[in-house]
Amino acid sequence: MSALSLLLSLAYLGLAFLAPGALANLFGLGALAAAAFLRLSPNLRTLNLALLTLAFTVGLVRSGNTLGLIGLVGILVALTTLPRVPTWIRAALGLAILLISVPLAGFANTFVFELGIQIGIYAAMALGLNVVVGMAGLLDLGYAAFFAVGAYTWAIFGSQQAKNFMAGNFPLPGEYIYPFMLIAIATTALTGLLIGLPALRLRGDYLAIVTLGLGEVVRILANNLDHPINFTNGPQGITPIQRPPIDWFRELMAAMGVRLDQTTDYQLFFYLLVLLMIGLVVLVNVNLANSRFGRAWVAIREDEIAARSMGIPLLPTKLLAFMTGAAFSGVMGVIFAAQRTFVSPESFTLLASITILGMVILGGMGSIPGAILGAAALTILNLDVLKTFSEFVRTSLPQIPSQVDPAKYERLVFGLILVLMMIFRPEGLIPEKRHKAEMEEA
Amino acid sequence: MLEQILALLPQVIFDGFVLGFVYAMVALGYTMVYGVLELINFAHSEIFMIGAVVGVEVFRYLAPHVGNGFLLLLLALLLGGAIAGLTAILVERFAYRPLRKRGTTNRLVPLITAIGVSFILQDLVRLIEGLWHNEFFLRMRTVEDLEGSVSLFGGAIFAQTKSFVLMGVSILMLLGLTYLVNRTKLGVAIRAVAQDLSTASLMGIDPDRIISRTFLIGGSLGGVAGVLFALQYTTITPYVGFLPGLKAFTAAVLGGIGNIPGAMLGGLVLGQLENFFGTYLPILTNGNFGTEYKDVVAFLILILILLLRPQGLLGQVVKEKV
Amino acid sequence: MRKIGLLVAGVAALGMALGQANVIKIATQSPLSGPQAALGEQIKLGAELAVEEAKAKFKALGFDLVLVPYDDQANPDVGVANANRIINDPDILGVVGHLNSGVAIPSSEVYARVGLVMVSPANTNPRVTDRRLPNVNRICGRDDVQGPVGAEYAFNNLKVKNVFVIHDKTAYGQGLAEEFRKRLEALGGKAVAFVGTEEQSNFVPIINQIRGARPTPELIYFGGIYSQIGPFLKQLRERGLKTRLMGGDGLDSSEFLRLAGAQNAAGTYYTTVAGPVSAFPKAKAVAERFKQKFGKDMEGFGIYAYDSANVILTALEAAIKAAGGKKPTREQVAQEVRKVKMEGLTGAIEFDDKGDNKKAKYFVMQVASTGNWADNKLIRTIEMAAPGAR
Repeated sequence: MSALSLLLSLAYLGLAFLAPGALANLFGLGALAAAAFLRLSPNLRTLNLALLTLAFTVGLVRSGNTLGLIGLVGILVALTTLPRVPTWIRAALGLAILLISVPLAGFANTFVFELGIQIGIYAAMALGLNVVVGMAGLLDLGYAAFFAVGAYTWAIFGSQQAKNFMAGNFPLPGEYIYPFMLIAIATTALTGLLIGLPALRLRGDYLAIVTLGLGEVVRILANNLDHPINFTNGPQGITPIQRPPIDWFRELMAAMGVRLDQTTDYQLFFYLLVLLMIGLVVLVNVNLANSRFGRAWVAIREDEIAARSMGIPLLPTKLLAFMTGAAFSGVMGVIFAAQRTFVSPESFTLLASITILGMVILGGMGSIPGAILGAAALTILNLDVLKTFSEFVRTSLPQIPSQVDPAKYERLVFGLILVLMMIFRPEGLIPEKRHKAEMEEA
Repeated sequence: MLEQILALLPQVIFDGFVLGFVYAMVALGYTMVYGVLELINFAHSEIFMIGAVVGVEVFRYLAPHVGNGFLLLLLALLLGGAIAGLTAILVERFAYRPLRKRGTTNRLVPLITAIGVSFILQDLVRLIEGLWHNEFFLRMRTVEDLEGSVSLFGGAIFAQTKSFVLMGVSILMLLGLTYLVNRTKLGVAIRAVAQDLSTASLMGIDPDRIISRTFLIGGSLGGVAGVLFALQYTTITPYVGFLPGLKAFTAAVLGGIGNIPGAMLGGLVLGQLENFFGTYLPILTNGNFGTEYKDVVAFLILILILLLRPQGLLGQVVKEKV
Repeated sequence: MRKIGLLVAGVAALGMALGQANVIKIATQSPLSGPQAALGEQIKLGAELAVEEAKAKFKALGFDLVLVPYDDQANPDVGVANANRIINDPDILGVVGHLNSGVAIPSSEVYARVGLVMVSPANTNPRVTDRRLPNVNRICGRDDVQGPVGAEYAFNNLKVKNVFVIHDKTAYGQGLAEEFRKRLEALGGKAVAFVGTEEQSNFVPIINQIRGARPTPELIYFGGIYSQIGPFLKQLRERGLKTRLMGGDGLDSSEFLRLAGAQNAAGTYYTTVAGPVSAFPKAKAVAERFKQKFGKDMEGFGIYAYDSANVILTALEAAIKAAGGKKPTREQVAQEVRKVKMEGLTGAIEFDDKGDNKKAKYFVMQVASTGNWADNKLIRTIEMAAPGAR
């Protein structure tokens, strides 16, 4: 078996080099499955993963086929979940994938950057929602509202929009985006407070429906506050929105020997920025989980009445979870607005909220690697796999009626994921220990 | 301003009742399921939508063969109610029952399942209608018998025959349900299961069967409401259930969730509020805040009521079980 | 081992086969699913017909021409995601689209990153070209002309003073309704109310507002899409209100007839930037081929998409020639598009420095009572340059 697995990996490396493309990458995914699931000695498994990392990178660089990105995500998952792989190898391979493989692939196909950025934005939001739903057990169905508040915070002041209701020199220069990330934390946390104060007094199910309603209220406000005073420009959306100046980044990259052009410079910059943010968010998440607050949240999730009798103040503790989750989303909203340079209310619908929830559930409520995996899986599924599949169907099988085009049925796919996960694996793909115990015990 | 409001008021109240009865019937489905399982059955809005789609299809195919519009409507109501009720049973059987059998204590699990089911049903109907007729918008066929209208109180109210039919059918259904729940053996069993599932099962009641019946009854009511909704508002889509469903749930909470008369009252109140603010907001705010805020107002009222009276208008305070 | 060797060889052969073909792709982006699919499909099919007809010519030049349709679902997020995929397919040298301005604006920012040219058959929001992106062009008119054309017709010809204005709370509908109101008020008319609604089924509150509005409106103007205006009109007429209705190009679909009912729809006025087949003598033959090929009637946006695709194809041909028979770059194609001077089905097409058609046509139409969308009466045609370029 060891020989077979090694052979597969080597064969894929050869394929990726000689005949890169969708078929080769599918083969690579098979090799990855073999490396992950066959009974192998830890050393051999590590060697296999390293080989496959190299192979997927080569495949991506040579063909730009995004199936390779799925392979890299798969390796990251394997690195975080498989037992008995030395920590330094996990770290080294993980960093190599994030900092070398993905950027290299991005130069071959800038869509990889776009996917990376979107995954990052959603992953950070999933981590935020994870605090609310996973740790504290508060079902929030209007989470996209905070994303909207964060995005509009920068969109309004980073464009001409603010001129409509205040004097000043707008748009603010791009550098201001950094302080605005902090400001967005404040505005979203404040929104969290405003929504949470009434909503969090209610019990679980009521909370779900009220957050859903308030999420809609935020979207309706964004869509309608173009009169009597024009705050949000209503359905027209706000554009163009300033981006941070990145001359220093271009110089830095040039000094490192990386040549950037106008299709890749901002993409690489935002990709790295998003990675940095995720790093911070994970750090905050881990620290919170092990803090007094983290334990209090879990206690509330497990049994509110018991938690209260142990002296945990319910409302403030819940509010803190709500505001923390909101703040993560707010920061990513700022980045989203700057990266897209366009913000309109249509991005913040209920479907967006449910998608983020789906990410948390797919990965495993309360689990940090789970939330990131969930974000990666659903984003890739939505932006890439379904679309590629549709393109394939449309070009290769044109006799199939357009009504069954797979890209149109993302809701169906989400629905199936939610239902099947709940029935067969409610603890998620990478379960958190305590949640897993709870689900099994029941 | 006052004059302007008063001139329209009878009409607005009448239309508010039409909408309110739709909400009331849908709200009953939410409230009954919640009473028995403590589950917000998100998929109920899709049961309502399926009823509406069946209604449209019955009218499309049977209108040329059935001369009498009222008979046609009766057929549509029966079929719409039946198919919607059956779908509700299937959803319960294949999505919720496995969770219950596993004895999941986490309350999020069934709720998230319900959201998933709701998405699946929406797109399944879209797929079916897409392949069947290649239509996204389904329009209710116009049938002469139901299209009449009268002017009441010297023109103060303009009322359509189908609005009266809608209200008449709703009242009959609501009375029937009240009788069923209060006077029949099944009703007693449902109430028993709602009060305490495990004790009821000790008394010889099969909870699975009762839960199934509850879904059937709630689902049929939702389906009937769907047919009437399609008749009244003429155009529907596979996504039409979401907002009415959400508002009907709001109505159920408003009236006190788990409480059957409460759901009816809640539905009527919400229908009135929505129509009132939808019509008058521009006048009341001098054009600054328009019709588009009607849902905002409805939600704010919901939150206000939940804060001031968490048990809802007719609900009773329930001590949380420890 | 031998099996793997075979597999390697097979895959290698396949990879080469795929890589060798000299392919040029034209993409369309428009809603192919959901509420606005009827309009979006016209765009796709119109472009498809043009591409099919040009295949032979490009084969002679040494290129295989392919159309790749994308579904933007009328949603900016989906449009941008698709755009990011499109720019990474180096064979795609031009985009025909979109239907919705709210989608076209962010998506075209993405195309601009690589200089990929977009020719729009349908985006009427002024900001689409007012951003002066070198790759963005449109052959249709603009809302800041379309709205006023409607207002002038209503005021001068229908002799209407008081209008109840409704819009659908989208970038398109609200923009159009605002332009209508501005011109109406400049002419001396009055917008009795200016109401936005996202409602899709229950229009009763708005109908009651119309009933109670003073002074009594003589016309209702609805800036929106047929999917909303159709049911609205049906409910309005069922409730006994006979007030005339006017809309913009979002109403221009036979689906409107189906949703409103032919009797209710009859007599409705609408302005459009994409005139019907009957307005263009040259389009008749093309419309017949369209019907033959796709089994559907060609409507306004189909004709405009056909022309948009032909603009790109003409530019492509010029660019190929300029590049000495080799595949041109995207920038070259974009530059050639701005130089195009052609006589399309819809008339002369030539772009100004913003990418607007130098003389765009606007049409005032009235829905026929025959229940056939193609019978709609063309009341007048106005040819006008984009404001700002005058």
